[in-house]
Amino acid sequence: MKFKKKQASTKQTVPTASLPDIIFMLLIFFMVSTVLREYDIQVSYTLPSATQIEKIDNKRIVSYIWVGRDGRVQIDDNIVLIPEIQTIAAKKRRDIPQVIMSLRIDEGSRMGIVTDIQQQLRKGDALRINYSALQKL
Amino acid sequence: MLRKRSSRDVEIPTSSMADISFLLLLFFLVTTTIDVDTGIGLVLPPPVEETEIVKVKEENIIKVLVNAAGDVLINDELASLPQIHEIVANKLRTNQKLIVSIKTDRETPYRVYVAALDEIKQAYNILREEFAAQTFGRPLKELTKEQMAEVRENVKQSISIAEPERTR
Repeated sequence: MKFKKKQASTKQTVPTASLPDIIFMLLIFFMVSTVLREYDIQVSYTLPSATQIEKIDNKRIVSYIWVGRDGRVQIDDNIVLIPEIQTIAAKKRRDIPQVIMSLRIDEGSRMGIVTDIQQQLRKGDALRINYSALQKL
Repeated sequence: MLRKRSSRDVEIPTSSMADISFLLLLFFLVTTTIDVDTGIGLVLPPPVEETEIVKVKEENIIKVLVNAAGDVLINDELASLPQIHEIVANKLRTNQKLIVSIKTDRETPYRVYVAALDEIKQAYNILREEFAAQTFGRPLKELTKEQMAEVRENVKQSISIAEPERTR
């Protein structure tokens, strides 16, 4: 008597038909979460470090001000003069009411320029600021 | 003679679909920057012209002055940068409603200012840690969101940036 090898009647392969759908889901997630808006940074700076730092979760409400080692100030893609900050800040505040101005200032800058920028921001009514800093180890 | 006709597949092959979308996925994975912005958050006071200057009693302010050399003066007592959190925390323990006012010279390096601000934040963190230990019996990191909100409500940060002098 011959024994027939018993074989399950079900298919042995993993169904891959839904694989593209799964990948597409991931793809869409990353497409939505990507913020492609990046700026050309024209000033060179080194951020200071601190221990008590917070994260900003929502990148979309953040607006950056860079202050370089040489004291130049950049907002968006332009080098600006300090008296111009007020109007720019006011405009940003109008566009996004909950705007956070993130100050990326070189650690060697003098406080004079920082104070001047802050005074401009106050006049422009953009009051939420964030001193960008790295985690101190 | 009848030749058996092979049943021709009329479907579009979709097996490569996964590969194509994988490529797209990889592209977005690479271009996405997940790195979140970190920093010390602060809210500036509204411009002076709009609000009348609020006078606060002298004894309700901790004045932290930082000069260009990194020397610190806390309520007219000389201190150094790493001491700030201890002194401020001790003062805050006696009176929760104290306002910490920070003032710097125009020549002070930004890194010294950030360090001083960081020290003050640390002082508040010490107090919050103590409050959490007292009320919930666990460190800050293990608190739920609601408990964290309660801690924030009870140990409020009041850091004020001193008005720059109008001598220039």
